[in-house]
Amino acid sequence: MQAFTAILNELDHVVNHPSEAVRKFKKETGREVIGCLPIYVPEEIIYAGHMLPVGIWGGQTNIVKSGAYLPGFACSIMRGIMEFAVQGTYNDLSAVICPVHCDTLKCIGENWKVAVPNVPCIGLVYPQNRKSETGIAFLTAEFQQIRSQLESLTGRPIADEDIENAIIIYNEHRKTMREFSKIARDFPVTVSPKVRHRVMKSAFFMDKAKHTMLVKALISELRSLPAEEWTGSKIVLTGIIAEPDSFLDLFTDYGIAVVGDDLAHESRQYRTDVPQDGNPLERLARRWADLEGCSLAYDPAKKRGQMIIDTVKENGADGVIVTMMKFCEPEEFDYPILKKEFEKAGVPHLYIELEQQADSVEQLRTRLQGFTEMLYRR
Amino acid sequence: MVNQKLNSKQLLQQLLDDHYAGALAAKDRGELIAWSTSIAPQEFCEAMGIYTVYPENHAAAIGAKKGSESLIELSESHGYSADICSYARVNMGYLELQESVAGQIPLPDLLICCNNICNTVIKWYENIARELNIPLIMFDMPFNYNYGVAKHNVEYIKGQFQDAIKKLEEITGRSFDYDRLREVMEISSQSAIWWKKAMGLAQAVPSPMNGFDIFNYMALIVCMRGKKETVELFKLVAQEHEEKIKAGLGPWKDRPEEFRIMWDGIACWTALGNTYKFLKSQGINMVGSTYPDSWSIIYDSNDIDGMARAYSSNFVNRNIDFRVDNICQIVHDFKVDGIIYHCNRSCKPQDFCQYEVQRQVEDRTGIPSVMFDGDQTDPRAFSQAQFENRVQALCEMMKAKKQSSRNGSE
Ligand code: SF4
Ligand code: SF4
Repeated sequence: MQAFTAILNELDHVVNHPSEAVRKFKKETGREVIGCLPIYVPEEIIYAGHMLPVGIWGGQTNIVKSGAYLPGFACSIMRGIMEFAVQGTYNDLSAVICPVHCDTLKCIGENWKVAVPNVPCIGLVYPQNRKSETGIAFLTAEFQQIRSQLESLTGRPIADEDIENAIIIYNEHRKTMREFSKIARDFPVTVSPKVRHRVMKSAFFMDKAKHTMLVKALISELRSLPAEEWTGSKIVLTGIIAEPDSFLDLFTDYGIAVVGDDLAHESRQYRTDVPQDGNPLERLARRWADLEGCSLAYDPAKKRGQMIIDTVKENGADGVIVTMMKFCEPEEFDYPILKKEFEKAGVPHLYIELEQQADSVEQLRTRLQGFTEMLYRR
Repeated sequence: MVNQKLNSKQLLQQLLDDHYAGALAAKDRGELIAWSTSIAPQEFCEAMGIYTVYPENHAAAIGAKKGSESLIELSESHGYSADICSYARVNMGYLELQESVAGQIPLPDLLICCNNICNTVIKWYENIARELNIPLIMFDMPFNYNYGVAKHNVEYIKGQFQDAIKKLEEITGRSFDYDRLREVMEISSQSAIWWKKAMGLAQAVPSPMNGFDIFNYMALIVCMRGKKETVELFKLVAQEHEEKIKAGLGPWKDRPEEFRIMWDGIACWTALGNTYKFLKSQGINMVGSTYPDSWSIIYDSNDIDGMARAYSSNFVNRNIDFRVDNICQIVHDFKVDGIIYHCNRSCKPQDFCQYEVQRQVEDRTGIPSVMFDGDQTDPRAFSQAQFENRVQALCEMMKAKKQSSRNGSE
């Protein structure tokens, strides 16, 4: 248990001090750190270039300067990112990569170029027709551009072989994160919703090989322990991100365990491995083709609802909590369909609108309490 | 055929009435109906003889006739957030009710979606496809974060054209008529050329055109770009404008054009009359907008690369540098005195670059501008009082500027 706590503290430290992690990497290696805006940036290419990819997912801050670029009805995660960007928080980064999944991200990339000229912003478009060969060829070409731009940024070529190796490391990391999510179910006390979230989040600021090692150590510590009893309720989370942390603290207050998630910030990253066949960039593109159940990956069949229902069943959950990122159209459009499907399948759900900068989540108390009471009565 | 005795407005109304009635009749005959986004490559369905209707146009008409709020409330009651584009909320409400103050459109058997206007339409059309369990043909036009359209984008779009043809053959059970496609491409390009020419005549001082008329003419370039009648209509509009220019006539009979402005963004359909009246009361004529260029989808009739590039080049599918250049060009060509930016609650791809665009355009052109908060079809997000305040402020700035340039030239 001591080792467990020590690792958790290490991960927690990184989550609380991402800038320190960035500076440390730069100092120790003399190499570049590249920021990755949400979501699905092909980190393998960055990693293969011996740089550190770090996730940029906003955080809590006061919105002051970003109001010059974005009106109040942009999602809070992007308002947060713009705020940090304008305030200089990202100045240690050598570049950021902005995948333009939604209308908001298109504009973030554009504003970035003006607002933070000292940190170049590399654009990236993911194709909607992602399964057709022309779509895969297009994405491969986009990845090739990313590779060339990173090469000219650093003056170092990025070899195919190094990308192949990075793919192995990343696939191993994904597998490990899936395992962690699975075993965490059996330890709802030790791996509280907040702990679970922080373990997931720490991956964004660490060398993935190291993160894999630490999470594997966590898993083996847990394996040596007896499963914990849980009399509270069990839920699956869906949405973009489950922050601020104070929101997850409420889960603990009301005896709610997270036994699975469909969050963009967490498990959606880890569901799909890079497949085996083809040249390395094409393989990365085929991962986008294989991915399912994400509001940003075109799917006229809308399989996401059924996938969440399956996650509920597989993990013995009592219901779903939808953490809706306010003003996120991709997610807001999925919701009416999800709602219908949850109702049809008899899966209870709670819809909560979240803003990352919310300074108080107190008003959510009664809603969470009401929801858990309803689950108990069932 | 075109009846020469009608003026352009009468003809426009007749063509639109025929368009909607034709679609309903086709549905009754059991023919396929497509729903499409407003700047999608309509050439393929047109070549296949598939009746296509445009929910955005329908939603706008519903908004203009003050019927949007109840449909919006209906879709919101099913979980559609008040934050999403109100066209989608109107349309999802309509899908359920199948009734509106602006008449009916037949339900679709297939969907055509093109994200050169926004990624919102992807989600919106996914939902329709799912609700009705019908096929969706997606034309993905990658956002141009660099200034121009990249070569691999063109290749990708061309590949999608081929995939779409295959899909249409499967859906209809008929083989695709490539000769007819060439013809439709020719007509569509002509429509676009005449659209741009007719709207471009507003460059004259005074403008022969009451600027808000573009919001009416727009319906046709959206709904019937591939039809010969559309070419005829815009030729007629151009002719009318040219005659007025020759006669030295301005936009209105009862007052002169004092200020020429550009309007950035979609109209507030639910307050079209009131916003128009107020502008006119201040002597303001809207002469410029990004609309003439939005449907300037011009290419040679056998040039598929050109067609791919043209569809991908739409204003909101372009980066900030292009947008600023484009607006500065409009300011110059249309001799604009000021700009009104509609910060349209519905339209995130437009709004979230708008602050920066406004700054850069003002820096470069030196002309004054204001921004107001509104929405195209959700009346709850628009305030006439705020609109009037901002317009008055703009008037003051435009007056001061005219005054100082007069003083300067003395
Ligand atoms: S709108 Fe949604 S998908 Fe887009 S940046 Fe915001 S949270 Fe992400
Ligand atoms: S108003 Fe804007 S968001 Fe809505 S459909 Fe049109 S372009 Fe898309």
